[in-house]
Amino acid sequence: MRLMLALLYLLLIAGPGAADEQTMVIGYIGQQRKPALPLGPLDEAVADDGLQGARLGIADDDSTGRFLGQKFRLEERILAPAEAPADAVRQFADAGIAFVIADLDAAPLLQASAASGAERMTLLNSRAPDDVLRQQDCRRNVMHTIPSRAMLADGLAQYLVWKRWQRWFLLVGPHPQDQAMAAAFRRAAARFGAEITTDQPWTFRPANGRADTGHVTLQTEIPAVTQVSDYDVLVVADEADEFGAYLEGRTALPGIVAGTQGLVATGWSAVSEEWGATQLQDRFHRQAGRWMLPSDYAAWLAVRSIGEAATRLHSLDAVAIGKYMRSDAFLLAGFKGQGLSFRAWDGQMRQPILIAGPRLLISSSPQPGFLHQRTPLDTLGIDLEESTCKF
Amino acid sequence: MQVLMALLLATLALAVPAAAETIYVSNEQDNTVAVVDGATMTLLATIDTGRRPRGLALSTDNKMLFVAEGDDNRIGVVDIAEGRVVGELPSGADPEFFVVHPDGKRLFVANENDNLVSVVDIAAVKVIGTVDVGVEPEGMAASADGRYVACTSETTSMVHLIDASTLKLVDNLLVDTRPRAASFSPDGKQLWVSSEIRGTVTVFDTASRAQTGKIEFEVPGIRREGVQAVGMAMSRDGATAYVALGPANRIAEVDVKTLTVRRLYLVGQRPWHVALSADQKRLVSANGNSGDISFIDLENQEVVKSLPVGRGPWGVVIGP
Repeated sequence: MRLMLALLYLLLIAGPGAADEQTMVIGYIGQQRKPALPLGPLDEAVADDGLQGARLGIADDDSTGRFLGQKFRLEERILAPAEAPADAVRQFADAGIAFVIADLDAAPLLQASAASGAERMTLLNSRAPDDVLRQQDCRRNVMHTIPSRAMLADGLAQYLVWKRWQRWFLLVGPHPQDQAMAAAFRRAAARFGAEITTDQPWTFRPANGRADTGHVTLQTEIPAVTQVSDYDVLVVADEADEFGAYLEGRTALPGIVAGTQGLVATGWSAVSEEWGATQLQDRFHRQAGRWMLPSDYAAWLAVRSIGEAATRLHSLDAVAIGKYMRSDAFLLAGFKGQGLSFRAWDGQMRQPILIAGPRLLISSSPQPGFLHQRTPLDTLGIDLEESTCKF
Repeated sequence: MQVLMALLLATLALAVPAAAETIYVSNEQDNTVAVVDGATMTLLATIDTGRRPRGLALSTDNKMLFVAEGDDNRIGVVDIAEGRVVGELPSGADPEFFVVHPDGKRLFVANENDNLVSVVDIAAVKVIGTVDVGVEPEGMAASADGRYVACTSETTSMVHLIDASTLKLVDNLLVDTRPRAASFSPDGKQLWVSSEIRGTVTVFDTASRAQTGKIEFEVPGIRREGVQAVGMAMSRDGATAYVALGPANRIAEVDVKTLTVRRLYLVGQRPWHVALSADQKRLVSANGNSGDISFIDLENQEVVKSLPVGRGPWGVVIGP
């Protein structure tokens, strides 16, 4: 039965569409996650982030493609919570799929890149911000459209330094990804001349602030946790969104919160409507019925990169597309005011980092005055000279 | 001293062509159109419009000014004599830019959110047709003989050539990333398309649709990403084109025959669109980030004045 299903599946994905020379089938591998509990009453629980972005990318690729006789199709696989990606990769490879949007965390992403068949593929990482994936764990067959933590931290640091808010109180959550984000903030502080005046972990258990008297507890707890010497900004590393949002308006000292909450450094935000982004946000909202999240945007970038290369080459030849995407000639319009391209040394897409408030866009980094010999975009993240990536 | 200043001002005023003309500038962040006297280079009036006014054009009889009011999904109609919005035209959703067809009866409007070009009958006040184009249509142009309308689509990176009478797509030509403006040469033989992200202008032969050239812009001291090509204007004799270079804060003067850049004018911040005076001796740029317009004296090749007009100047047209 299993075999039958697998065969049927192969037939389906290798069906008339894939056989047609004019159709490019792009794979998508996502993974079911325990949905994060919305912290605030206005937050939406989202189960299809990433996937919706990839689907919009296909729609955009297709509408350009129809003028050029090129068709694009997304082949979607959602893994069960603990399922390894190897089977999905192999099935995609057997079906001749050359580009896969890897909407996966770092560990399954690395498994996918090592799976049988993956050596003939390019995986586009649209979710994992881990810097190690751009450094010692970089892979020749992996490119990244989601910004790395180093890029996010550098983007925020440039803005804070431009504001002359240079004394930071770093508050770090308990999870490994919070530690990794904190490491990126420390690196950014050192690079751009900020000073971390206090560096301490968040040791409380995540409280439920939406209990009936939730604010009473928080109003007592937060000032105690934040009773530190003077600082300009509280920089918080809380990727799981467990406590960061409780800080604003409750800290011992008045002052702003930035980082993973408050003033947020991100690859994308629903508040951005500059550089023509209104149209992308509207298109996305019409399709998905919700706002576009950073992982949606990264998946959209990945699918659009393939489409842009196919457009420029007038060809759906996967080898040529992969080569072109990695070349200096490649430039994608991504609604952030300038063309986006991939770094040759680690496969990371260089891109501006948005500094977003809860309702409006505050700024976009690189900030004026942060110069670079190649492009100011390379002031964000791991630069060529610092790269330890060896493909 | 005051006398001296007055004399100086008088001399300055004489030094520029004292053409009796009026300049209209849309301020997309103020929801206004600024009215500027061409002779004195002073602000005459500010007209309230709908929300997010961008594209502007005069009616062929110069009595009306059409204003694309993007956030209100309509085209406002300004009576020039009365100096106020007197009516509106339907436009389809989110109009950004449009062109008045040389027949004077129709507007071709880019509906950025719907991947459509809407054709509006001005007298009948209704949309009489639509044309499917690529993603995010933006720039619009009509050939002087009225045969073709061109439309760029930003995300599709194409210019779509539309037969203005049948409303059918004649051709779809690939251009550089995120095309903005399209412009036909006065004789209609060439079609120019600017690319914002690449910072280039691609030139096509209208009849054969073959690409005949590409102009790249380099601005000393400005990185590649900072040089973006947006609005364009071409002189009536077809010899010179002017291209706004957006965040490079420059206007490039281009020799049409050789497709080479003759010179760059430093204007205000982020010029979006440019317009030529009737006597072809002056160019005006609408500078989005500095909230002003720049007057360029083309005979003496210098920027002679910048005039604050409002927040977010975007479109500019010059009328009598």
